[in-house]
Amino acid sequence: MEKRAHISGWTLPLLLILPQMAITVIFFYWPASQAIWQSFLREDAFGLASEFVGFENYVSLFEQPEYYRAMTTTAIFSSLVAFFSLGCALLLATQADKNIRGGHVFKTLLIWPYAVAPAIAGVLWIFMFHPTLGTLSKPIKAVGIDWNPMLNANHAMTLLVLSATWKQISYNFLFFLAGLQAIPKSVIEAAAIDGAGPLRRFWTVIFPLLSPTTFFLLVVNIVYVFFDTFGIIDAVTGGGPAGQTTTLVYKVYADGRLGGDLGGSAAQSVILMIIVIALTAIQFRYVERKVQY
Amino acid sequence: MAGVTLDTVRKVYAGNVEAVKGVSLGIEDGSFCVLVGPSGCGKSTLLRMIAGLETISGGEVKIGDRIVNQVEPADRDIAMVFQNYALYPHMSVYDNMAYGLKNRGTPKDEIEKRVKEAARILAIESFLARKPRQLSGGQRQRVAMGRAIVRKPQVFLFDEPLSNLDAKLRVQMRVEIKRLQRALGVTSIYVTHDQVEAMTLSDKLVVMSGGQIEQVGTPSEVYRRPETRFVATFIGSPPMNILPGTVEAPGRVSIGGQSIAVTDMREGLTPGSAIEVGLRPEDVQAGGTGTSSLSMDVDFVEELGATQLFHGKVAGAEFIVQASTGQLPADTRRLALAVEPANVHLFDPQTTKRLGRV
Repeated sequence: MEKRAHISGWTLPLLLILPQMAITVIFFYWPASQAIWQSFLREDAFGLASEFVGFENYVSLFEQPEYYRAMTTTAIFSSLVAFFSLGCALLLATQADKNIRGGHVFKTLLIWPYAVAPAIAGVLWIFMFHPTLGTLSKPIKAVGIDWNPMLNANHAMTLLVLSATWKQISYNFLFFLAGLQAIPKSVIEAAAIDGAGPLRRFWTVIFPLLSPTTFFLLVVNIVYVFFDTFGIIDAVTGGGPAGQTTTLVYKVYADGRLGGDLGGSAAQSVILMIIVIALTAIQFRYVERKVQY
Repeated sequence: MAGVTLDTVRKVYAGNVEAVKGVSLGIEDGSFCVLVGPSGCGKSTLLRMIAGLETISGGEVKIGDRIVNQVEPADRDIAMVFQNYALYPHMSVYDNMAYGLKNRGTPKDEIEKRVKEAARILAIESFLARKPRQLSGGQRQRVAMGRAIVRKPQVFLFDEPLSNLDAKLRVQMRVEIKRLQRALGVTSIYVTHDQVEAMTLSDKLVVMSGGQIEQVGTPSEVYRRPETRFVATFIGSPPMNILPGTVEAPGRVSIGGQSIAVTDMREGLTPGSAIEVGLRPEDVQAGGTGTSSLSMDVDFVEELGATQLFHGKVAGAEFIVQASTGQLPADTRRLALAVEPANVHLFDPQTTKRLGRV
């Protein structure tokens, strides 16, 4: 039997979807269209007047070597964070899925980092790894590494990857754990009887069965690294040293808010929007087909 | 191939819950052993201990001459068919069957030969490239069987493999399992709560209740001479009628003042002491007359096609009689039941054990 409510007229249905429509329009479409419009304008230094310049903002953007560097930085940063946060979360989830004593405490503790605001997380990490004040900097220096994320771009990137990964592990962990618990126990037992050791069981049975979860998380994590790591970058490196950890989203902020170039910043937002839409579309088009069974 | 020997096997779960209370059992090489009992009787736990999926809390499990208590499931040389089939959903039927062989490093051409052979036996050759989700319940069941037989293990373990199938398919698969086991001659242990499956499949029937074995025997032994009241009422459908009675004299008991003769009766029972009298619905002859007879008040009749079931009371206790259709009018209110002395089972009301000749 099909369950379908029959409502006559248009008033009630319209009223019911109105709140959702309002939210979508006010918070998504309106700012997005504003950004697109602004990307075609140039403001004067005082923000008093603006003129229509067509694609000039875009053209000048692609003439900046900094913009290409931000793209490379974003690509490296996002692949590292996605790889490590998915990998660590999967490892932790497989361990938490075992029936161990204190498992509940373990699971609860693992979820905590997600409740920490990005900026706070950034501050925590910079406290630990500050070249002169950081508690963990001393042991690193003691083993002979001249640790200085303020001056060394690789060190700065390492620190960013660490903190962004740490923050995202909780989220991935929750989904992986749910995914693992949805795999029928008897399938794993059958594999054990079929002579597959724990590692082989994981790679030939558990991991393939988790692939829809992994795929979903991959999409979510890429979007996370592109946009939500802004707070961490701002708190930990501020895009430095010398702009070497400036990602696309941080450059939008740096150019628009700090540099006062609203038009150029808007153009970057539009490109960023297109990149994320394209990435997500590609992931759904090519990867999702392979993970269905 | 090998037999399986259990020696006082126990399973105690956390919180001191004893699921299996010291079970000893010998299963001969090549025989088909069925563990039957109500849910929670420990039969599945016992099977899982033999498989190595549960740790053994006490006692010994031997497959052939080898004690396997500490042996990994993979190294016990067993194959198991699960209730929900437990097929690998992301693998084709072929890969499902080949998986166990691949893990053991069997050469590719040998794998192909064995999978093809198993597929031929089970008539699933045309599905080899499909995924489990594209198969019906019965076909999945065959794949699960195929996965077990390609490995050529020493022992097959079945954990209620037919309970997810519809009634018609269940009967068909039951016959196939029996035929397959006969053909392969592999020792098989089969867990079920369905007494018809248990009776039809087994060479050796093990009735379990409350974590213990109630009786071991061939199906006909268990049916003809149940050792406890539990077995008497569990095996057989409709279940055996149990009537309260008293001992009259050697070879005679009385039920509500009606005296009947008994062939299989323990000697030396005190006249006047209470006793439970078991009579199978199919063993009493409705409307007949004989040396021993009981009278029954009929409440209602169930029509089963070939037979009728008369429900009513004998000496105040619930009673069911099975009769051929047409033998008696359906509006019969009162029935005379002829009882053959050899068909009367006696049980001790306290211990519930059989009070037959020693």
